[in-house]
Amino acid sequence: MTDPSPTTLWLLILGTAAATMAIKAFGPVVLGGRQLPPAATRVLVLLPPVVLAALVATSALADGSTLEIDSSTAGVAAAGVLLVQGRHLLLAVLVAAAVTAVLRLLGLP
Amino acid sequence: MVHADHRASFRRGVRLGVPFAAVGLLLSSSFGVLAVQAGFTPLQALVMSALVHAGAAQFAATSIVVTGGGVVAGVVAASLMNARFLAMGAALAPSLPGGPALRAVQAQTVVDPSWAVANNGDGTFDRWLLFGATAPQYVGWISGTLLGAFGGDLIGDIERLGLDAIYPTFFLALLIAELRRPGSRGIALTGALLALGLVPFVPAGIPILVAAAVALVGLAR
Repeated sequence: MTDPSPTTLWLLILGTAAATMAIKAFGPVVLGGRQLPPAATRVLVLLPPVVLAALVATSALADGSTLEIDSSTAGVAAAGVLLVQGRHLLLAVLVAAAVTAVLRLLGLP
Repeated sequence: MVHADHRASFRRGVRLGVPFAAVGLLLSSSFGVLAVQAGFTPLQALVMSALVHAGAAQFAATSIVVTGGGVVAGVVAASLMNARFLAMGAALAPSLPGGPALRAVQAQTVVDPSWAVANNGDGTFDRWLLFGATAPQYVGWISGTLLGAFGGDLIGDIERLGLDAIYPTFFLALLIAELRRPGSRGIALTGALLALGLVPFVPAGIPILVAAAVALVGLAR
């Protein structure tokens, strides 16, 4: 495996930046400031929980295109218990990393 | 031009954004370490964080290029990870005033936590709260990238330290807040299961976009 060339990396950086900016701008520019019909609003209200749940599930339980349970899954679950109890996000994040690190130290994947 | 209630919203956003900025600092440190290991210069890592400010996209693009996937594949992977911003932007659109250029600029301040905390829960968003919440996170994101890029040798192996658990935890905190709203739990579970079911069969990023379509059941309510 050779390191990518500086040109490759700059193209990657600028390409990713341009694509991200365009994606973020798309909805607000195309839809504009128009008031949406009530049915559309009902859909928009449901988007945050669905998108976030899908992000949590795939980032905790999938690696690329394979589903896998590893030490980080246990770390995230421990953090979830703390978050449901209303504990601070920073505490939860540190516990997630600590639980994951300890399990890996014990030889788990 | 900036009203007092806008200032109050902005300040409240900053306060809400600070804990996420601290978590973002850990995440972007991980990115800085990985990027330099992948052959980035610290300047390149910094420019990417400053212009992209989207963790999943940066990790995806970097990992593709490192494994020899090429620039186009890297940008496509990043865009798929960012596809959720299409849904978020559509939700935000009615809450942003001004012409197309001004709305496009305001839309750049969307990052996951800010979008979630600025959500009023009735289909509208508090845009000044959004801007306020993003400000400290942007500072944290850039600081963390520099820390990781220059201090990577001190941080060492990211997985050994369990830092890969931070990203899902970050999203979980946002999700738990959303689940306190009535009527959100069943649909969240459906979206999660659908996304997981798709993971083996479609490229990374697509499961999120397809799961977002579950929100269309709102049409039938």
